[in-house]
Amino acid sequence: MSVPWNGFLHYLHDFLFGIYPYICMGVFVIGSLIRFDRDQYTWRSGSSQLLRRKQLVLGSNLFHFGIIFLFFGHFVGLLTPHWAYEWAIAPSQKQMVAVTAGGIAGAVCFVGLSMLLHRRLFDERIRRTSTRADMAILVLLWVQLSLGLITLPFSLGHSDGVAMLKLSAWSQAIVTFQGGAAELIRGIDFPYLAHLVLGMTLFLLTPFTRLVHIFSAPVWYLFRAWQIVRVRGGATTRPGPVARPGLAGGAPQPAAAAPAQRVPAE
Amino acid sequence: MKVRAQIAMVLNLDKCIGCHTCSVTCKQVWTSREGVEYAWFNNVETKPGIGYPKDWENQEKWKGGWTRKRNGTIQPKMGAKWRILASIFANPHLPEIDDYYEPFTFDYTHLQTAPESETMPVARPVSLLTGERMEIKWGPNWEEILGTEFRKRSKDRNFEGIQKQIYGQFEQTFMFYLPRLCEHCLNPACVASCPSGSIYKREEDGIVLIDQEKCRGWRMCVSACPYKKIYYNWQSGKAEKCIFCYPRIEAGEPTVCSETCVGRIRYLGVMLYDADRIEKAASVENEQHLYQEQLDVFLDPEDPEVIAQARADGVPEAWLEAARNSPAYRMAIDWKIAFPLHPEYRTLPMVWYVPPLSPVQSAAEAGHIGWKDGLPDVESLRIPVKYLANLLTAGAEAPIVSALQRMMAMRMHMRARTVENRDDTAILAQVGMSAAQVEQMYQTLAIANYEDRYVIPSTHREYAENAFDLKSSCGFSFGQGCYDGRTVGNLFSASGPSAGRMAPTRIREAQDVAKQEAGQ
Repeated sequence: MSVPWNGFLHYLHDFLFGIYPYICMGVFVIGSLIRFDRDQYTWRSGSSQLLRRKQLVLGSNLFHFGIIFLFFGHFVGLLTPHWAYEWAIAPSQKQMVAVTAGGIAGAVCFVGLSMLLHRRLFDERIRRTSTRADMAILVLLWVQLSLGLITLPFSLGHSDGVAMLKLSAWSQAIVTFQGGAAELIRGIDFPYLAHLVLGMTLFLLTPFTRLVHIFSAPVWYLFRAWQIVRVRGGATTRPGPVARPGLAGGAPQPAAAAPAQRVPAE
Repeated sequence: MKVRAQIAMVLNLDKCIGCHTCSVTCKQVWTSREGVEYAWFNNVETKPGIGYPKDWENQEKWKGGWTRKRNGTIQPKMGAKWRILASIFANPHLPEIDDYYEPFTFDYTHLQTAPESETMPVARPVSLLTGERMEIKWGPNWEEILGTEFRKRSKDRNFEGIQKQIYGQFEQTFMFYLPRLCEHCLNPACVASCPSGSIYKREEDGIVLIDQEKCRGWRMCVSACPYKKIYYNWQSGKAEKCIFCYPRIEAGEPTVCSETCVGRIRYLGVMLYDADRIEKAASVENEQHLYQEQLDVFLDPEDPEVIAQARADGVPEAWLEAARNSPAYRMAIDWKIAFPLHPEYRTLPMVWYVPPLSPVQSAAEAGHIGWKDGLPDVESLRIPVKYLANLLTAGAEAPIVSALQRMMAMRMHMRARTVENRDDTAILAQVGMSAAQVEQMYQTLAIANYEDRYVIPSTHREYAENAFDLKSSCGFSFGQGCYDGRTVGNLFSASGPSAGRMAPTRIREAQDVAKQEAGQ
C-alpha cells in the first residue's frame, strides 16, 4: 500500500487508541453529570414491559445477567495489574478462564439481546413507541456483543495470552493517563480493535441514551427502611423558611377554638 | 406517641350514582397526556366485577400489598428486598397495558374527508400506541352496570364464601358503584417497594407522592400497590399516581374528584394518627382485626394529651381544629359507618367507604325486608352483607351489619319525624345512637352541605417555603423548571416517534389502496 495511506492508518490508530478514549471518557463523565444535574426527569430505565410482556421477561433477564457478568469480567480482567496475579495464574490460564467464562456469559447475553432487538424492531407496538436512540443503542450493543464473540476464536488462536496482556496494558495505560498507549496495541487483530472502538463509542453515547440507568442500579435499596416520610421543605435546601410561631417550647399557644358540636357514640 | 395529621377521604357509596364525573374531571386535569391515556387516577367500577385493571383484587396474581411472615413481621407480598431487586430486569407481576386497556382515539378526520358513498361514514377506532386501526376489546369501565356476562363478572374476588350462582339470576342480581383512587395509605406498599426511594409520604398531610425526578422507572410500585393505583407512564418512563390534588389541598380546597361530585358523596377531613403504632397495627395476626387496629391508630382530637403531643410534634393549630370538625372522623370513629377498602392488604388505607344500603326504602315499605329484634333485617337486603364484608372488613360481617342498621335507623327516624311528625327513639336505642347524633349524621349524609363535607385547613406554605424563591416560578410542574411532563427532545432526550404526534390524520382506505395498486 502507498505510503500516505499507511501514514493515515498510523495516524488513525494513534487517534482512536490514544486520543479518542479521552474524548469518550470526558463526554461520559461530564455529560452524565450535566444530565443528572439538569435533566433528571429524563433519567430512567425506559422499560417497555408495560406495553408488551412477550419476549421481554426472558430476553431482558438473559441480557442483563449476561452483560453485568461481562462488564465486571472486563473490568477486573483488563484493569488488574499483571503483577497482582502473575504469582497465582499464568497468562495462558487466565486467558482460558476469560474465554470460557466470557464465552458462556456472552452466549447467554447474545440470546437475550437478540430477543430484545427482535422485539424492538418487529413488534409493532414497541417499534412505534421507541425513539431512534432506543433502537440505535440496541443495535450498537448487539454489534458490539457480536464483535466480542468474534474475538473468541482469535484469542484461542494464540493461547499464550499475549494479546490479552497487550490489551490490559493498553487499558491500564489509558486509565492511568500514560502517553503512548496506542503503541501498545499496534498490529493487534482487527476484531479486537473494532471491539475497542465501538466499546468506547458506547461510553461516549451513554449520557445521551437510556444507558444512564446503569448509574442508578439501586443497591442502596437493600439498606434502607421500608417507609419513607418527607418533612415539608426537607427535600430542598432552600435558605430561611420562616419559623412557625408557637413551635418553640413554651411559646404561647393560641386559644383553643370553641369545642365543636360533636356527639360521641354510646 | 408521635402525632401526625392526614387528610382522609370518605365516600358514601349509598349515594353514588355512577356518573363518572369524578373520573372525567380528574382525567381532564391530570392524565390527559401522552403516556398515561390509559391511566385513571380516579375510576368508577361497577361491582360485582373484575374491575380495572382486570382482576386487580387477585393478589395471588399481582402480589400487591403486604404479607405477614411466620415471625410476626410483615413484608411486601412481592418478597424481601433482595427478591424485589432480583426481579428488576423483568417484573414477573407487572400488568400489561391490555390488562387496563389499549388506549384509543377515533378517526374523526374521516368524517370530513370521506368521499361520496352509499353508507354513512363512520369514525373507526385508532390505537394511540401504534397509530393503526384497532378493535376495542376492553375499556376503563367495560363492566358498566353489569355490562358483561355473569360468568366473567363472577370472577370478582369479593364473592369468596358466597354461593354466587344465584346472583347470576335476573331476579336476584345486585350492583353498586365503587369509585376508586389512591388510598394514600398509612403503610404504603408502593413506598416500601420502590428501589430508588422516589415514593414518599408527606409528613404534614399524609399525601403519598412520587418524586418524578428521582423515579427511575423500575416499576416495582405498580405491582406492590394492591389497589393498582400506580401507573407506568410509557412515554416518560416514570411511574405516576393520584396526587390527591395536593396543590388544591394545600390551599384548603377539596380535590377535583370531590369538588365535582354531583352526588355529594365525598368527604374530606383531617385524621390525627399515631405514627408509632402503624407497624404494630399492620402486623396483627388476624386479618379481620385490621379494621379495629386501624381505628386504634387514629387519635381523639378532643383528648388534651393528644392535643399537647400534636402541638409538640408540629401539627398546626388550624389542623387540630379541623380534626375536631372532621367529617371523616365522625363517620369512621363516632358513627362507625365508614370502612377501609380491603384492610387485609395491610396497607392501612385512608380512603374509606360507607357501604351502600341498596334500594331499601320501597322494599321495606312493600314488606320485602324482614324484621329481627325490632330492627330491619339488613341481612335480607339485596346486596349480600358477606360481599360488602369481603370488600371492606376482610370478611367480618358484624361491623357492616351495625353500620347498615345505623343508616337504616337514621332513615326510619327521620322519616317518622318528617312524614309522621313523631320521634321514633326506640329504634335509635337499638342501634346505640342518640337523637342528636342521628340528626348530625342526617345533616352530614343526606343534606351534605359543602362546608360539612370538606373541612380542609390550608397548609401555611408561608412558613415552609421562602416566597422569594418561588417568585416567577411555574408552580406545579414536572420538575426541571417549567416542564409539562412531555419528553420534549433536547440533547439528552430525543423526541421519539411518539404516538400522539404519530396518530395519522388520515388512514388510507382499503379501496384507495386497491385503486392505487391497480393504477401502478
